Amino acid sequence: MLSSKAFDDYIIPLEQWIEGGVSWLVENFRPQFQAIKWPVEVTLNGIDSLLQMIPPILFLIVLGIIAWRAAGWKVALFGILTLTLVGFLGLWEDTMTTLAMVICAVVFCVIVGIPLGIYASRSNRFESMLRPVLDAMQTTPAFVYLVPVVMLFSIGTVAGVIATIIFAMPPIIRLTNLGIRQVQADVVEASEAFGATKSQILWKVQFPLALPTIMAGLNQTMMLSLSMVVIAALIGAGGLGVPVFEGLNSLRVGLAGIGGISIVLLAMVLDRITQALGTSKHLERNESS
Amino acid sequence: MPQEKVIVSGLFKIFGPNPDRAFKLIDAGKEKDAIFKETGLTVGVQDAEFSINAGEIFVVMGLSGSGKSTLVRMLNRLIEPTAGTVLIDGEDVTAMAPNHLRELRRHSMSMVFQSFALMPHLTVVQNAAFGLEISGINKAERQKRALDALDQVGLKDWARSYPRELSGGMQQRVGLARALAQDPSIMLMDEAFSALDPLIRSEMQDELLKLQDQHERTVVFISHDLHEAMRIGDRIAIMEGGRIVQVGTPDDILNNPADRYVSSFFRGVDPTTVFSVGDVARKSQLTLRWHKGEGFPTAALEQMRQEDRDYAYVLNRHQKFLGVVSSDTLDEAIERNERNLDGALLDNIEPVSAETPLQEILSEVRKYECPVPVINDEGQYMGVISKRTFLRTLEHGAQ
Ligand SMILES: Nc1ncnc2c1ncn2[C@@H]1O[C@H](COP(=O)(O)OP(=O)(O)OP(=O)(O)O)[C@@H](O)[C@H]1O
Ligand SMILES: [Mg+2]
Repeated sequence: MLSSKAFDDYIIPLEQWIEGGVSWLVENFRPQFQAIKWPVEVTLNGIDSLLQMIPPILFLIVLGIIAWRAAGWKVALFGILTLTLVGFLGLWEDTMTTLAMVICAVVFCVIVGIPLGIYASRSNRFESMLRPVLDAMQTTPAFVYLVPVVMLFSIGTVAGVIATIIFAMPPIIRLTNLGIRQVQADVVEASEAFGATKSQILWKVQFPLALPTIMAGLNQTMMLSLSMVVIAALIGAGGLGVPVFEGLNSLRVGLAGIGGISIVLLAMVLDRITQALGTSKHLERNESS
Repeated sequence: MPQEKVIVSGLFKIFGPNPDRAFKLIDAGKEKDAIFKETGLTVGVQDAEFSINAGEIFVVMGLSGSGKSTLVRMLNRLIEPTAGTVLIDGEDVTAMAPNHLRELRRHSMSMVFQSFALMPHLTVVQNAAFGLEISGINKAERQKRALDALDQVGLKDWARSYPRELSGGMQQRVGLARALAQDPSIMLMDEAFSALDPLIRSEMQDELLKLQDQHERTVVFISHDLHEAMRIGDRIAIMEGGRIVQVGTPDDILNNPADRYVSSFFRGVDPTTVFSVGDVARKSQLTLRWHKGEGFPTAALEQMRQEDRDYAYVLNRHQKFLGVVSSDTLDEAIERNERNLDGALLDNIEPVSAETPLQEILSEVRKYECPVPVINDEGQYMGVISKRTFLRTLEHGAQ
């Protein structure tokens, strides 16, 4: 009894502080946050309407070709069969929306994350500042992101994608940094000895050699976005999260079930394809050309 | 007077923050180890002072950690000198602006590395063209020059392979081609052949000497191997604990080592002062008896072919040494329809007396294309001393 009272005298008002901080941001910077939303919205709508517009057959063919080029015919066949199954589950449109959200999130993660990773690889100070931030981003439970995102960006699919971008960004930053730092010191030194500038060293040596690692980061980022995109249904985002969420609310276990199965299948297809991009296949293709 | 290509003076490298602290101790006469204990600073190179002549192979020798790599990297400023100047063709490298320095690295000096340092994601020809690509040369020309360079090192057929598909020796040839493609006037080679096994290594040394014959470049070659230094060096600098303790021709260094450290490269005792030529001479060569018989050059050549020899030592009936013939001179004699060996004898080969101390025949060993013939008081053939025997004796003493 006594022990539970021990903290009653004083409670750190962190809750109020956070509230105050976020409210202050909302009051003073709402236009700026809306401006951030704009490019995400445009990109997302573009990808989504493209995916919704093209006939499923055409989509399956294109997917098959991409998977075949990147990962071989087995993955291509697997992808086509899997997504056909998803179509027959009646979730084609939701799947396309989810895919659009994932692609959009990954695009922004790449645009922001790779430059940050490159910068971190060149500056030990920046890396040591970035590290705790990334740790925090990766360990913060996905749900916790949602509240400030709603306050700053309101609800809906775009807000969901923004939450996803933040949540899925760390791996690509980390692995870009790691990949570049792992490039053998002697080849960098050799480039310098032949008079290469810093940007020549980056683009002709470090980046190509770090590419398999960066691709592994891309794969992780993609998987994280897929999981977050589903959670984002909680704040009104569309896609495969919706049947899961509805099934949960109304205890329709079948609806939640097919939603869940579709997510897993989509995840497997995306994982196979991006993994193949990152590992040996990529280099082997380089070699035989 | 040879032209001085590189002039190094008062060059220092101190690793660590606030190097001034080390200078005070150096002025007070402290050694590298003591300075490290006191300040945590490492003296990489201390007060280097030497010059390198245009067209020579300048070998830097020293034990591990003596500062060889640091020294050579200060010549192109991969490592920033703490103090001192490096003049290349009269220009001070240490004062160059970054873009000027890049131009120098792109056009005048290239480097070959112990670890090869090839780009694993590029083909052999792309690797050879790497420096050219960096300097912005167009694709057609860099392809041509890279293939040319690969041709010089005998790897043209491998142009489209990847480095990992090549053996170590071949990879280093690519490293060499990458350097040659720049057509540099200075080549820096940091233990370029140390990672290769002995046979490939001497092959690469020959390759370098051959390239040097075709096109004289100034080569700064780092090595910790006496054989290598003696074989390829026009002059040798010996480093110890960051300092250059002696610079000289191989003869100088062998005959007048500056201190015990230098002579320790020859394993403590200097066998050349202990052994005479007769002690190590071997009868390992083919000998021919001189006579006036008809068709003798043809017979001699045939015998050499059968025994797979390039040289034969010609003696008279009493074992007296008359001279040396080579398969080339015999060929010429046959063409001229000569009937005896007189016209086929090599010029300038003087036999050495068995009593000569070993150290005095270094210049003959280096100069002669064939093993040095050894004779006794009566002028009789006692055997030969080959480069290999000579160097082995320096290192291990006579067996
Ligand atoms: N970046 C560095 N930071 C601190 N100390 C260094 C650094 N590079 C070299 N040193 C030190 O400087 C000294 C000279 O090193 P250097 O690499 O030039 O020797 P080396 O003669 O090339 O040896 P090796 O035969 O092993 O290649 C060594 O004591 C080494 O520990
Ligand atoms: Mg070294």
